[in-house]
Amino acid sequence: MSSIAPVLEARGLVKRFGGVVAVDQVSLSLRAGEMLALIGPNGAGKSTCFNLLNGQLRADAGEILLEGRSLAGLPPRAIWRLGVGRTFQITATFASMTVRENVQVALLSHHRRIWRFWRAARHAFVAEAEALLDQVGMREQADRPCGVLAYGDLKRVELAIALANAPKLLLMDEPTAGMAPAERIALMELTRRLVRERGIACLFTEHDMDVVFGHADRILVMNRGRLIAEGDAAAVRADPAVREVYLGSGTTSGGH
Amino acid sequence: MDFLLVQFLTGLANASALFLIASGLTVIFGVTRVVNFAHGSFYMLGAYLAWTIVRALWEWGGREPWLFVSGLLLAALAVGAIGALVEMILLRRIYRAPELFQLLATFGVVLIVQDVTLALWGPEDLPLPRPRWLRAFVEVAGERFPLYDLILIFVGPVVLGLLWLLFQRTRFGILVRAATQDREMVAALGVDQRALFTGVFFLGSALAGLGGAIVLPSQNANLQMDLAIIAEAFVVVVVGGMGSVPGAFLASLLIAEVQAFGIVLVPKATLVLVFLVMAAVLMVRPYGLLGRPQAHARAPTGSVAPVIRAAPGVLKIAGAIALALAAAAPLYAGPYALTVLIELVVFILFAASLHLLMGPGGVVSFGHAAYFGLGAYGAALGVRFLAVPMEAGLVLAPLLAGLFGVVFGWFVVRLSGVYLAMLTLAFAQIVWAAAFQWVELTGGDNGILGVWPSPWARDKALFLWLALVLCLGATLLLRRAIYAPFGYALRAARDSELRAEAIGLDAARLRLVAFVLAAVAAGIAGGVYAYAKGSVFPTYISIPKSVDALLMVLLGGVQTVSGPIVGAVAFHGLFLTLLQWVEWWRAALGLAIVALVLAFPEGIAGFVQRRWEARFGAAS
Ligand SMILES: Nc1ncnc2c1ncn2[C@@H]1O[C@H](COP(=O)(O)OP(=O)(O)OP(=O)(O)O)[C@@H](O)[C@H]1O
Ligand SMILES: [Mg+2]
Repeated sequence: MSSIAPVLEARGLVKRFGGVVAVDQVSLSLRAGEMLALIGPNGAGKSTCFNLLNGQLRADAGEILLEGRSLAGLPPRAIWRLGVGRTFQITATFASMTVRENVQVALLSHHRRIWRFWRAARHAFVAEAEALLDQVGMREQADRPCGVLAYGDLKRVELAIALANAPKLLLMDEPTAGMAPAERIALMELTRRLVRERGIACLFTEHDMDVVFGHADRILVMNRGRLIAEGDAAAVRADPAVREVYLGSGTTSGGH
Repeated sequence: MDFLLVQFLTGLANASALFLIASGLTVIFGVTRVVNFAHGSFYMLGAYLAWTIVRALWEWGGREPWLFVSGLLLAALAVGAIGALVEMILLRRIYRAPELFQLLATFGVVLIVQDVTLALWGPEDLPLPRPRWLRAFVEVAGERFPLYDLILIFVGPVVLGLLWLLFQRTRFGILVRAATQDREMVAALGVDQRALFTGVFFLGSALAGLGGAIVLPSQNANLQMDLAIIAEAFVVVVVGGMGSVPGAFLASLLIAEVQAFGIVLVPKATLVLVFLVMAAVLMVRPYGLLGRPQAHARAPTGSVAPVIRAAPGVLKIAGAIALALAAAAPLYAGPYALTVLIELVVFILFAASLHLLMGPGGVVSFGHAAYFGLGAYGAALGVRFLAVPMEAGLVLAPLLAGLFGVVFGWFVVRLSGVYLAMLTLAFAQIVWAAAFQWVELTGGDNGILGVWPSPWARDKALFLWLALVLCLGATLLLRRAIYAPFGYALRAARDSELRAEAIGLDAARLRLVAFVLAAVAAGIAGGVYAYAKGSVFPTYISIPKSVDALLMVLLGGVQTVSGPIVGAVAFHGLFLTLLQWVEWWRAALGLAIVALVLAFPEGIAGFVQRRWEARFGAAS
C-alpha cells in the first residue's frame, strides 16, 4: 500500500504575503524514485512552495502529506526528522566549519548525537561523511572551510548535507545555479542515479531548461503563484500556455 | 487622588530629562549603529559643565533666570562639541570594526571621562546654589509642586517638536532619517558620511549634555551619574525601538511614570520594576514599541568566524607548563602573589563562560556579571541564613546562578542582536538592583561579610589548589564542550540558523543550554571568588563587572578557544599593574582599551593565531 501511495502529496496550497498571492491553489504529488521539476519565471512562487513543503513557512490554506502523514504545523527540524532533505536557492552552510564538519554535524543530528559534551566531534562519522562527500565530488575539499568555497561547490556541499539523513524526499531549489554546464549535467546525473537507486522522491526547480528537460520525469510549470501546465518534457514544450509565459524571455531551450 | 496627580506630574518632569538623553542615544544608534556607552558620560559632563558655566554667568550678571537658561544651552553645546571630537578622534576609525569593539571603545571613553571629571571637579557632589525663583512652588490640586519641575514637563515635548522640525525640514535631518533606514543607500548616494556622522554625534551628545544640565537644580552633579543613567537610557531606547525618536519619547514617559509610581508602590524594587517593564515589552514587541527589524543589520560578532581547529601541540605544552607553575606557586610565591593568582584563576573561568556564549553561541551578553554575582550571593546567602559550610556553599553558587540562567535565558534566546544584548543587561540590572535595594536579604551596599572557607582550605596554598581544580577544571570542561558535538551544533545554529533548523537542530534550545552552562560556570567562579574575598558586594553584579568579562573575552579574541584564557591573564595583569602604579588608573585603563581596540580588532589570541597560521600554516 505505502509503496504505491505518493511520498509527497500537497493539496490546494495557498500563501499570501500582504497583497501578493505568492502561491495560489497549488497541488502536486510525487512518487518514490521520481524526479519532478517545478519551473517558472522569476517570482513565480517556486521557492515559496519549497518553504511551505519543508515547514519554513506556514500555508494559509491547503494540506501537505508525507507518506500520508500531515505536516501541518511542524517546524523544519521536525519535518527533517521525518526524512525531508533540502537545499536552498541561496546556499546556507556553516561558514566557520570545514566541508567535512558541515556533513558531520548533519550526521550527528541524524544519529541523535548532538547533546554530547565530552568526545570530540571531529572523530564522529568521518567515514560516512567522506562517503557522502565522495558522492558529490567534494572529497578532495573536505578540509577547506565552507566560508571560502566557490558557489557551485557550496551547492554540492548542500546536497551532501541533504543526503545525510537518508531522505525519502529531497527538495532542491536551483541545485545547479552557479555551476559550469558540464558540472550541472554531472550533478543532475548523480542526483537522478541516487533518486532511482534509493527510491527518493525529488522535487527541484531550475532555470536551466537543458537540465530540466534532460533530467525530470515530469514537469510542473508555475506562473504568478498558479500551476499552468503539467506533463513530460514534450508535452510541456508544446503547451501553448507555457510558450506564452516563456516566449521572448529566451529561457526555453532553443527558444531564441 | 491629589497625591497621585502630583506623582504623575513628577513622572512627566523626569520623563523630559530621560527623553533628552535617550533621543540623543537613539539618533546616534540609528545613523551610526554604534551602541554608545559613553552617552552617559556626556550626560554627566553636561551637569558638571552647567554647574561651572551657570555659576560663572551668575557671578558676572547676577542670578538671573535667563543667564541660567543660557548656561544650560552653552553646556549642551560644549558637550556636543566634545561628542563630535570623540567621534572624529576615535569612533570614525572603528565604524567597520565589530559592534562589540565599538562598544568597548566607548566604554574606554567612559573610564577616561570619569577620571578627567574627577581631576577637574574633584570627588565631592556639586550642588547648584538655588536662587529663590528656582525654589518656587505652584499650587496643584491643593499640593505644592515645584515650578521648575512644571517647566521641565514642557521641555520634552518642545524638544520632540524641534527634532521633528529638524528631521522633516532640513537637509541634515532628511539625511539622518534616510541613514537610519538604510545606511548603505545613503553612502551610495555620495553623501559625505563623515560630516553626517560627526553632525549626528554633535546633536546626540548635545542632547545628552542638555539632559544632564537640566537635572542639575534637582540633583547634584556627581561621579556616579554616567553609569546610573546609561542603563536607564538603554532601557528607554530599547523599549521605544532603537533608532526611533518618537519611540524614545513614548518609552521615556512610560519608564518615568513606572518609576514615579513604583516609588510609592514598591519602594524597594523600583529598579527591578523598570527592567521588568522592559523585558515584558520586548517579549511582546521584540523590536520595541516603534522599532523596526532592520534596526540591527549586522551579525553581533561581525565577520565570518574562522574554523576552530584543535590546539597546536606547542600550545598544549605551554598550557601544561603554566598550570604546573601555578600549582607550584606556593613553593616560590608570597601570599599576595597567591591571592592574585586565585583571582586570576577565577577570572579565567568567568571569561571562559562568557566566551562559550559569545563565541560558539553568538549570544552577546552585556550582563554576564549577573551569574557571577548570583554565584557569589548564592554562597554568601547560604552562609548568612543557613550557616552552610564552604563545600555546600560552593554547590549553592552554581545552583542559584544556573536557576536564574534557565529563567533569564528562556527570554534571552528568543531575541537577537542589540535587543538581546540589552535584555541581558536589563536582567543583570534586576539582579544588581535586588542585591542593592533588598537590604534585609543581601545587606544592600554593605554586602555580606564573613564568607570564609572551611578550616582545611584557609591555608592560601590549599585554597589556590581548590580554585585551580574547580575553576580550571570547569574551564577545561567548557573547552571540551566546544569541541564536542554540542559545540558544533551551537556554532551551526550561529552560522546559519536556517540550515541548522533544516537539519533537525533546535537553535533556541541549543542557545538556552549554552546560556545555562555559561551561567553555572560563572556561578562557580563567583562562589570561589566569594570565599577568596570573604565577602560579597553588589559591585560583583555591576555594569563594570560585566564589561570586565566582555573585555577579557574580546581582548583574547572571541573566535579562538584559548582567547578567554589569554584575555583574562592580559586584562588582570594590565588592571593590577595600573591599579598599583598609576594614580589615574581608570583613565589609563580606558586609554589602554581604546588603544587595544584600535590595534587588535580581532583580539590578542586572534592576532597571534593569524600570525602563526601565516607563518606555519593552519594547524590540523
Ligand atoms: N518573505 C516574503 N515576504 C514577502 N514577499 C515574498 C516573500 N517571499 C517571497 N515573496 C514574494 O512572493 C513571490 C514569489 O517568490 P518566490 O521566491 O517564491 O519566487 P521564485 O519562483 O522562487 O523566484 P526565483 O526564480 O526568482 O527564485 C514574489 O513576488 C516574491 O516577491
Ligand atoms: Mg526561488
